[in-house]
Amino acid sequence: MAAHLSSGRVNLTALREAGRRELREFLDKCAGSKAIVWDEYLTGPFGLIAQYSLLKEHEVEKMFTLKPGRLPQADVRNIIFFVRPRLELMDIITDNVRREDRGRSPQRDFHILFVPRRSLLCEQWLKEQGVLGSFIHREQYSLDLIPFDGDLLSMESESAFKECYLESDQTSLYHAAKGLMTLQALYGTIPQIFGKGECARHVANMMIRMKREFPGSQNSIFPVFDTLLLLDRNVDLLTPLATQLTYEGLIDEIYGIQNTYVKLPPEKFAPKKQGEGGKDLPTEPKKLQLNSAEELYAEIRDKNFNAVGSVLSKKAKIISAAFEERHHAKTVGEIKQFVSQLPHMQAARSSLANHTSIAELIKDITTSEDFFDNLTVEQEFMSGIDTDKVNNYIEDCIAQKHSLIKILRLVCLQSVCNNGLKQKVLDHYKREILQTYGYEHILTLNNLEKAGLLKLQTGGRNNYPTIRKTLRLWMDDVNEQNPNDISYVYSGYAPLSVRLAQLLARPGWRSIEEVLKMLPGPHFEERQQLPTGLQKKRQHGENRVTLVFFLGGVTYAEIAALRFLSQMEDGGTEYVIATTKLINGTTWIKSLMEKLEPAPF
Amino acid sequence: MSRARADEEEYWHSSKFRAFTFDDEDDELSQLKESKRAVNSLRDIVDDDDDDLEKVSWSGEPVGSISWSIKETASSSSSLEGRDQPQKGSSSYAALPKQVSSYSLSNLFKGRNRLPSLPSLSDDYSNDWSPRDTVRRMQRGKVCSLERFRSLQDKLMLLDEAVAGHDGNVITAVLIFLKRTLRREVLFRELEVRQVALCHLIHFLKETGEQKLLLDLLRFLDRTEEVALSQYREHLNIQDVEKKREFLKGCIGLPFSAEDISHIQDHYTLLERQIIIEANDRHLAMAGQSEIFRKYPRKASILNMPLVTTLFYSCFYHYTEAEGTFSSPTNLKKTFKIPDKQYVLTALAARAKLRAWEDVDALLTTKNWLGYTKKKAPIGFHRVVEILQRNNAPVQVLQEYVRLVEDVETRLNLATKYKCHDVVIDTYRDLKDRIQLMAYKCKVERGSAEEEKINSLLSNM
Repeated sequence: MAAHLSSGRVNLTALREAGRRELREFLDKCAGSKAIVWDEYLTGPFGLIAQYSLLKEHEVEKMFTLKPGRLPQADVRNIIFFVRPRLELMDIITDNVRREDRGRSPQRDFHILFVPRRSLLCEQWLKEQGVLGSFIHREQYSLDLIPFDGDLLSMESESAFKECYLESDQTSLYHAAKGLMTLQALYGTIPQIFGKGECARHVANMMIRMKREFPGSQNSIFPVFDTLLLLDRNVDLLTPLATQLTYEGLIDEIYGIQNTYVKLPPEKFAPKKQGEGGKDLPTEPKKLQLNSAEELYAEIRDKNFNAVGSVLSKKAKIISAAFEERHHAKTVGEIKQFVSQLPHMQAARSSLANHTSIAELIKDITTSEDFFDNLTVEQEFMSGIDTDKVNNYIEDCIAQKHSLIKILRLVCLQSVCNNGLKQKVLDHYKREILQTYGYEHILTLNNLEKAGLLKLQTGGRNNYPTIRKTLRLWMDDVNEQNPNDISYVYSGYAPLSVRLAQLLARPGWRSIEEVLKMLPGPHFEERQQLPTGLQKKRQHGENRVTLVFFLGGVTYAEIAALRFLSQMEDGGTEYVIATTKLINGTTWIKSLMEKLEPAPF
Repeated sequence: MSRARADEEEYWHSSKFRAFTFDDEDDELSQLKESKRAVNSLRDIVDDDDDDLEKVSWSGEPVGSISWSIKETASSSSSLEGRDQPQKGSSSYAALPKQVSSYSLSNLFKGRNRLPSLPSLSDDYSNDWSPRDTVRRMQRGKVCSLERFRSLQDKLMLLDEAVAGHDGNVITAVLIFLKRTLRREVLFRELEVRQVALCHLIHFLKETGEQKLLLDLLRFLDRTEEVALSQYREHLNIQDVEKKREFLKGCIGLPFSAEDISHIQDHYTLLERQIIIEANDRHLAMAGQSEIFRKYPRKASILNMPLVTTLFYSCFYHYTEAEGTFSSPTNLKKTFKIPDKQYVLTALAARAKLRAWEDVDALLTTKNWLGYTKKKAPIGFHRVVEILQRNNAPVQVLQEYVRLVEDVETRLNLATKYKCHDVVIDTYRDLKDRIQLMAYKCKVERGSAEEEKINSLLSNM
């Protein structure tokens, strides 16, 4: 079920196993038959840890989605709420509990499992509603770091960036530190910690403190990771704003990947058999899981989209040839062998069919005029052209009322690439946005300013060109088909965050001291003592393993760039990636927007 | 692609950018087609039993996944739902177990046991838990009583320890305790020098909607702009438009930044206008006297719409009104200082939608002091053409404006795309391009006036 987790350099199955164990233990505490009421948001992340079968083994008989009203009938001993600590969810639970028929027999017991953390705020709330006492078990399930793939962990904490940089609430950093402690308990103490940014500093401090306060955490496991690199998202605000151009990145930009699943328009995935249901096309979106368990996907996910077509066509030829083999199978033995390979071939064929369809869907968009124009402007900004005046294309998009998020992405990108906008330019954009999309968005603009995504250029100095040149963020001679540099993931722009990781590995940050000072927050190095005997004696030619933790989110294109570095011959370092949330420019900006719709309940 | 191909090509070749498209010459497209073909042809070979292979429902949910199972097990159970209304103070409410004196904060940390088993708490009352130990215990989710921290000094030590632990959950717990047990001035004063705790409290107050305390705190801290924005945010929760208008009026006096204040003022003025227009138009529409409202019934009310949408509405329904009325476009333009470009764009879109071509013409015509008229478009004629085309303008109308597109390449491109033959022919004539003209001949209809025109031009060139 989770083979893809053990495919990488670090076997992440152990982490998943630990998560399953904790879940089983909680379920067994509530003796007897149970029904789980799910906060719908959680089913995705939980799905990465456990399947229904595991729950069933522990007497979970029914599962419902959390919603107001009376709880459905179910003859079970226990009702367990699996929820995030959110006040609006507490209101729903309160409603559920109040409507429970007290006279029914046997009575049902209530429990709450908070994910990832119990919250005093929520419990206080339940208490004020007078229902807190109804719950027998109130516990937390610290789903801090969820394994997404063999080299990828995420906390899936949507609001982490907003909380850290807008509200200065560092609770998510505390969780990150705790997640790292869990990781060290399973994979050994990480001897070297590097970091850049305010939040990175906090997390490192917390880790050191936690280690000191729980001496028991000193373990005797041989360290798997050599280095931890903590990076603040606000050190590199630029990268997520640009459109990702890798296959996986584009799927996420266009359709949105959630917990490794993507929902696609069904038309291109019509039923396979001709003459059977050809007329009534499915209307429900097609849902696919995307991870490295699928051989073909693992091969193409990180490629620049322009290089995907040729791989697909090569695969098609290979599969066709393989199927042709059946004509040559003469003897019973040969036929038998052919048949034995059929399942594998069919799986490959269906995988190829899916990705050919997805590639077609994406291509329709990447070849559109608007995609092209948008990308042109992005690339101009990133390479430093005309960043200091009002951009025509942005104006046109506003006039045509393109989505507000698209506009904000572009304006923020321009601001970041110019180290802030001139007063006149900023005022102009603001005015156009408010007049076209509504004055209430002044709140959102304010949030973006607070987070540093949109700002006024002060002191009249733009240091972006220096940063760009020193870190070689813009590469003119990018090779999309056979890349030799990480800049292929954005067809020219090398993600700043990943450049920092690359330079840290070789030749070290000392070479870029000046630029590091221009970027926000401190940079630092810490060492964690290892007991003698656990110190690593590296074999000649053995790669180092670095865990890069993105505080505030990471994009698929950045992950692709790090995987590219891992695979580089003589690269010397392999990377495992952790983050608070997998993001793209759209989901990121959205998380910073003022919620303008009242809560549904 | 509508843009001048040659132009574009030159741009991409001469500049260092790389376009992100599948180039026509590139075999990407054909490659994709190829793999598609292969996949399709294989379908015939394999008599698919692949239902065995992918254990997924059509929607892609693997059978047995959690979200799939919710749908399966929930089945028909929710038929009762929605029938019963919330019963305040009903028996179900009263039946909740009485919670002894337990409304003290400490209970919030209790998770493992049912309330009646409180006696086990006694351990914790040993008075020697230091602030540091208390915080540590709280971090581990243990029960702790904060009540015994009575002196200000103890309370502050507790807060400082919580902050040092970085656990927002514990920090918030301590803050709730301090908020309840300290005088407001003392709390504010102490938080002012404790920024992290301060941020947590502000976040907490925002979450719980304790607007009054929040505003007091921000005022105390002299964060006046935040006070203003935070207060302004409240308008989002007001449904009634009259009340909202009153509220926005009150916001005008708030200490916003210089840049923001004019927007807030505009927001108020706009809503005020919308209320007047809405009342009027609803009446008009109901009376059924006005032709425009009968022919194009309003789909939604104009209340709370953005300014540009309001302008569009007014150009659609109230175009000819004198400047004196609140609903006239010119009045809106003046009141909100809408730039020419924005105005023309919006008016054009509205009039084109009504297919009022003479209005379009008038909008783009200017008279100079000698009385000569001239066509002018602050947005560029290529944009005019785009908008008209989107509204299915007839060729005669379209070509008039295509002709006015200044850039020759763009003009040719648009003219070809929208079959404005006259413009294409005239442009090639002006360019003295025989070859193109000859080539274009096969694109016009046999025996048409256009063909004749080309022929006569060719013979005279």
